[in-house]
Amino acid sequence: MSREQQAVARARKAFETGRSRSLEHRIRQLKNLQRLFTERQKEISDAVKKDLSKSEVGTQLYETLGLEGEINLTIRKLKEWAAPRPAEKNLLILADTAYIKPEPLGVVLIIGAWNYPWAVTIKPLIGAIAAGNAAVVKPSEVCVHTAKVMEDLLPLYIDKELYPVVTGGVPETQELLCQRFDHIFYTGNSTVGKLIMEAAAKHLTPVTLELGGKSPCYIDKNCDISIACRRITWGKYTNCGQTCIAPDYILCEPSIQDQVIEEVRKSIKDFYTDNPKNCADYGRIINQRHFKRIMALMEDSTVAAGGENNESDCYIAPTVLRDVKPEAKVMQEEIFGPLLPILPVSGVDEAIKFINKREKPLALYVFASDDKVIKRMTDETSSGGLLANDCLVHYSVSSLPFGGVGNSGMGCYHGKFSFDQLSHLRGCLIKKLKMEGLNSMRYPPHTPEKLGWARFFILKTVDLGWLGRMALLAILVTVAAVVLQNYFL
Amino acid sequence: MVVSNCSVQQQQAVLTGERMETQSQIVERLRSAFCSGMTTSEQFRQTQLSNLLSMITENEKLFVDALHKDLAKPRFEAVMSEIDTLINELRYAIANLSSWMQPEYVSKNIATKLDTCFVRREPLGVVLVIGTWNYPLYILILPMVGAIAAGNCVIIKPSEVSAATESLIAELIPKYLSQDCYAVVRGRPEETKALLQNRFDHILYTGSRVVARSVLQAASVHLTPVTLELGGKCPCLIYGRIDIDSAAHRLAWAKFFNAGQSCVAPDYVLCTQDTLNDLLPALRKALEDFYGKQPETCPDLARIVSHRHWTRLMELLRRSSGKVVVGGQGNQENKYIAPTVVVDVADSDALMEEEIFGPILPIITFESLERGIDFINHREKPLALYVFSDESSVVNTVLEKTSSGGFCSNDGIVHMSLPSLPFGGVGASGWGSYHGRWGFETFSHRRACMLRGWALERLNSLRYPPYQEDKMAWLRWTTSAKSSCSLM
Repeated sequence: MSREQQAVARARKAFETGRSRSLEHRIRQLKNLQRLFTERQKEISDAVKKDLSKSEVGTQLYETLGLEGEINLTIRKLKEWAAPRPAEKNLLILADTAYIKPEPLGVVLIIGAWNYPWAVTIKPLIGAIAAGNAAVVKPSEVCVHTAKVMEDLLPLYIDKELYPVVTGGVPETQELLCQRFDHIFYTGNSTVGKLIMEAAAKHLTPVTLELGGKSPCYIDKNCDISIACRRITWGKYTNCGQTCIAPDYILCEPSIQDQVIEEVRKSIKDFYTDNPKNCADYGRIINQRHFKRIMALMEDSTVAAGGENNESDCYIAPTVLRDVKPEAKVMQEEIFGPLLPILPVSGVDEAIKFINKREKPLALYVFASDDKVIKRMTDETSSGGLLANDCLVHYSVSSLPFGGVGNSGMGCYHGKFSFDQLSHLRGCLIKKLKMEGLNSMRYPPHTPEKLGWARFFILKTVDLGWLGRMALLAILVTVAAVVLQNYFL
Repeated sequence: MVVSNCSVQQQQAVLTGERMETQSQIVERLRSAFCSGMTTSEQFRQTQLSNLLSMITENEKLFVDALHKDLAKPRFEAVMSEIDTLINELRYAIANLSSWMQPEYVSKNIATKLDTCFVRREPLGVVLVIGTWNYPLYILILPMVGAIAAGNCVIIKPSEVSAATESLIAELIPKYLSQDCYAVVRGRPEETKALLQNRFDHILYTGSRVVARSVLQAASVHLTPVTLELGGKCPCLIYGRIDIDSAAHRLAWAKFFNAGQSCVAPDYVLCTQDTLNDLLPALRKALEDFYGKQPETCPDLARIVSHRHWTRLMELLRRSSGKVVVGGQGNQENKYIAPTVVVDVADSDALMEEEIFGPILPIITFESLERGIDFINHREKPLALYVFSDESSVVNTVLEKTSSGGFCSNDGIVHMSLPSLPFGGVGASGWGSYHGRWGFETFSHRRACMLRGWALERLNSLRYPPYQEDKMAWLRWTTSAKSSCSLM
């Protein structure tokens, strides 16, 4: 048996003991996970620094703080989420109980990504644990140091049979995908997403795919361009642009392009100093392969700001490109780097047409003071999520589902959505063997009279208002009859 | 209207409504209609749903006749399980559509208290519903209700096995629904395979696991999300103190409805020998109450859909090592199989190899409830699981220790009729769900929307570089409060 097969088999065996199901177990594991982040912050940050040159504060801000918040929320709400959810009844089953019972699926496979390795690998794990599953965690091999830290630390805090960490590259992932899972949660790109879905087809395994795409950012000329550009700069160059919901490119009218460039340049300087290369808060490209890929994207566009780079250091300065054409290289794939192309458009009409000609993105940004512009963007486009007048922060609202549509993915998570995504919502009808007489109208031999009654009962869902009024009327009539009988007759 | 194309490249034109076009042209035409935005308004959706409702109510007799032609389905069954359930769901959708379409405002965290956060249900685009033959009207049109309500354009592919219903649907849909936005595509498996090469925004497939795999593989090429309504062997566990007569009647009704050809029919029974001793005579009585002494002459018993399936079922019976204690007779000419009960069935019996999908009820005995539950858990998760018992502790134990698409105690099938319960499988019985609002949600994209203002930019500076420990401290303070909060 391969290492991967063993890990999956052990997880399944552990799941079948039933120990992952009790709420006490789930909460205990989540609290242990919480402790990992409190106690091992330094090791986590050091590894992320080595992988992505992210500062310690940056790691906390963008990775572990969010996870701690998610764990807190989940622990607090778990009892409510896991409880049976009552369902509306019809007349025929008024005396019965109908509800939806959330249940664990079994063994979940979580394939993480390298850009926010803790956030995108552990957040689904929180959902998997909360829903009572076992989970095999496969961190991205691209973030080498973080994968090692995950492999070393997770087993020290959470049940290592139920939640094994399996590290490795493509061959190991393929071996994992040959095993049978009850759900696969993948974060990454569309190309691999298709392969995952195809592999999952063999065992008819449902998948959640958190993919990417080119998230457009429309800046209306009538808005506070300075604030808009500040927020966009932050959203774009955080993690050196390696964020699945980074604003990928800007659409704006030619009349404001110069102003946008200037404001972005100002914000870059405020955030990362005149020399971002020496700024601790500015990251690096994950590896040389991606460095070369991103550099090649710049080739046929005009650099308006930045452009400096250093291959040995995987450094690319925060860069803005102007007057970019739709056919340019930089518009052919998700940039996932610190290049911000600006494409001039004649207005919101053209922007909407442009966006709709392309695949549905994971995020869509619109900066406008005019609510009508925002409404048009909302009504006339589709995307995983939409955020007006800021970037990225919709990710932080755990009562909003986070996920893509079309090429940007399927399924969603965060907060209760993670719990539901990794649960089976089982429809339950609890009946008693009483009132059999009522059932007889559905049994053969079939007669028109029986059919009449059956149709009456089936075709009415419970309108408690009506029923309540009828019941009240019946009571009043009875009381009146009793009173009449006793006092007047 | 005959479809005779076999590949995307070699498609011949087909007649849909009044146009001659290939499958790909149909998909493209519907996609253009979708992109024009015509399906998005509530009014449009309501009109189409009302028209669909009219299609059912105005042609009830035609549908009942077609269902009788395909499955010898008794009028009562056709009305109860296909016509009325659809009417119910359509009315439910029409009454609730407005509220389903409303933005759902969600709770916010401290950092976003001044913002507007809501979830918007949006149509996906062009969706495909592939039906099957056992409830050929209901299983095809019910998902369509959810898809229309959600604002999509819809292609429906009825099963060619239930040919009379297929024809009627293909004739009526273009008369009642917008031909720009909804189309019926007919054909055999080769045509369905070709159809699947087109790009859809969601596919809902009802049928077998084998075909489901190829649907999934085709879907993965375009990253199309799918809902799979598959089958499996739905166990029926009978245990403990019990009103055996009521149980036997309900069990027999659920099993032999539509001659056992229901994806949620109780496939086999698990009980103790003691229970079996009481169950058998009760079952015999129930069957005689329902179908008389000569079920073959009873108009209230349906027939097997095709000779191929009739042969499959009789072959299972022949290969079984169990003992037939009720029924067992068949008539190939009219595709009749008697309501049949088989005992002394082992786990390895022919009747336990695949989903029976016919009027044959194997009964397997076990010594203890634990063993019965283990038996169920060693097999694939079924679409439905039934328990008959007057003891609620028994019902709860089975519910807690097993998993299945849906669950019903002390009855069979009827949990499907509640639009408020999600109908779908888990594991090998499928994934995703529909019925009622669940159908609307399945065919929608839940788009997270957040509208921020321009004020309080200074507050934002907490998150901007240069990153400093004291800024971090403020952020920690806001996140340590009751709600979940983060900046990433």
